[in-house]
Amino acid sequence: MSSNKETFGKTVGFVLAVCIVCALLVSFSAVQLKPLQQANKLLDQQTKILEASGLLEKAGNEIVKTYNQFVEARMIDLDSGDFVEGDVINFDERRNSRDVALSIKPKQDLAGINRRSNTAVVYFVKNEAGTIETIVLPIIGAGLWDLMSGYIGLEADLNTVKSVIYSDHKETPGLGAEVLNPRWKALWPGKKIYNDAGEVKARLVKGGAKADDLHGVDALSGATLTSNGVTNTLQFWFGEEGYASFIAKYRAEGVK
Amino acid sequence: MSSDTKKVLTGPIVDNNPIALQVLGICSALAVTSSMANALVMTLAVVFVTAFSNLFISIIRNQIPSSVRIIVQMAIIASLVIVVDQVLKAFSYQLSKELAVFVGLIITNCIVMGRAEAFAMKEKPGVSFLDGIGNGLGYGAILMAVAFIRELFGFGTLFNVEILPLVQNGGWYQGNGLLVLPFSSFFVIGLIIWAIRQWKPEQVEKD
Repeated sequence: MSSNKETFGKTVGFVLAVCIVCALLVSFSAVQLKPLQQANKLLDQQTKILEASGLLEKAGNEIVKTYNQFVEARMIDLDSGDFVEGDVINFDERRNSRDVALSIKPKQDLAGINRRSNTAVVYFVKNEAGTIETIVLPIIGAGLWDLMSGYIGLEADLNTVKSVIYSDHKETPGLGAEVLNPRWKALWPGKKIYNDAGEVKARLVKGGAKADDLHGVDALSGATLTSNGVTNTLQFWFGEEGYASFIAKYRAEGVK
Repeated sequence: MSSDTKKVLTGPIVDNNPIALQVLGICSALAVTSSMANALVMTLAVVFVTAFSNLFISIIRNQIPSSVRIIVQMAIIASLVIVVDQVLKAFSYQLSKELAVFVGLIITNCIVMGRAEAFAMKEKPGVSFLDGIGNGLGYGAILMAVAFIRELFGFGTLFNVEILPLVQNGGWYQGNGLLVLPFSSFFVIGLIIWAIRQWKPEQVEKD
């Protein structure tokens, strides 16, 4: 190595030059690819919502078109159950939950989410005639390793389950990650969230649910903590601090 | 292609494999080998990063002040990794979701840094570029081999195509729970290293 490139000024200048070139490269790619990335993220979300409402097969390759035709997203206030105005496309439950002004600390944090956003986005899925067939509610709660988020599709009575679709999780492959197994997901349709007294009864049953169990679904074998997480997530989101006030209000007044 | 360039390109695949002989880059080999699709994407990402970091570092090798050379190498490698991550998010969202943090961790993959420091700092750009591709492929070869074993016997699938129908899907094959977990790669990589050294005894280190 020759000594002339080891002067202080040259070293600083060289490092600056490298940094500028690298920064340009990184920011150029980030800015150029951002629209594509956002479209991907939205597409992923829309795919899950269509899956939760049972329209995914019908949609085929036309996810966006089908979504725009049948799905209406509305923001609600979880405490009052009222519809509120808001940006439903860029809504991010976890981002809100980090903002003290936009979230509360649940009194009974069954789902292990620490803070809960004050608002939520719910999805009304209509049929060709325009009547609401499915209502898709986002859920999030702790699994074994981390939070698991997903969607639950309900029939218009807001009690009968159509589907439970997890979209993001970090559970163990082969055990907790079986929440994505089609055979397990197929156990959900027809189950009831609430009993006649209005208590949240939907849960996973270790060792297998009885055939006539209206509320219970087989737990995931080898994944007790993930299964408990799913049960607790449902308990929380359909309880007082979850969608209970929205559901009560919606049953009384419908969509306004 | 002269025999020298060929050696640079294909040498790292068996004779001088970065994982099996140099024992570099093991950590990411554990994490991303649960499915062949993940391993393939990871291979492509690492080939891209090692090839271009070697190329760029070799181009400016005579200008890099030796006192800050590691930092400069890191800056270049890190930038390339961010670009790869962004491209993945834009064009293959599902895979980027599964690979998640491991793409970012290519930065800490010793193979990239090791080749930059050991090869690209001394050699011409063209041959450094080939060395990067060769080492990326060497890494990828082991990754794919491990992923093949783990996905086939752990999940009964290859590239998500069902080969051995699992019991929980109504088939007859009970998936191997050990192979599903990341640390099983240790055993698989160990066995691969043993097999390679049986085949090429000159790789065995002398005491």
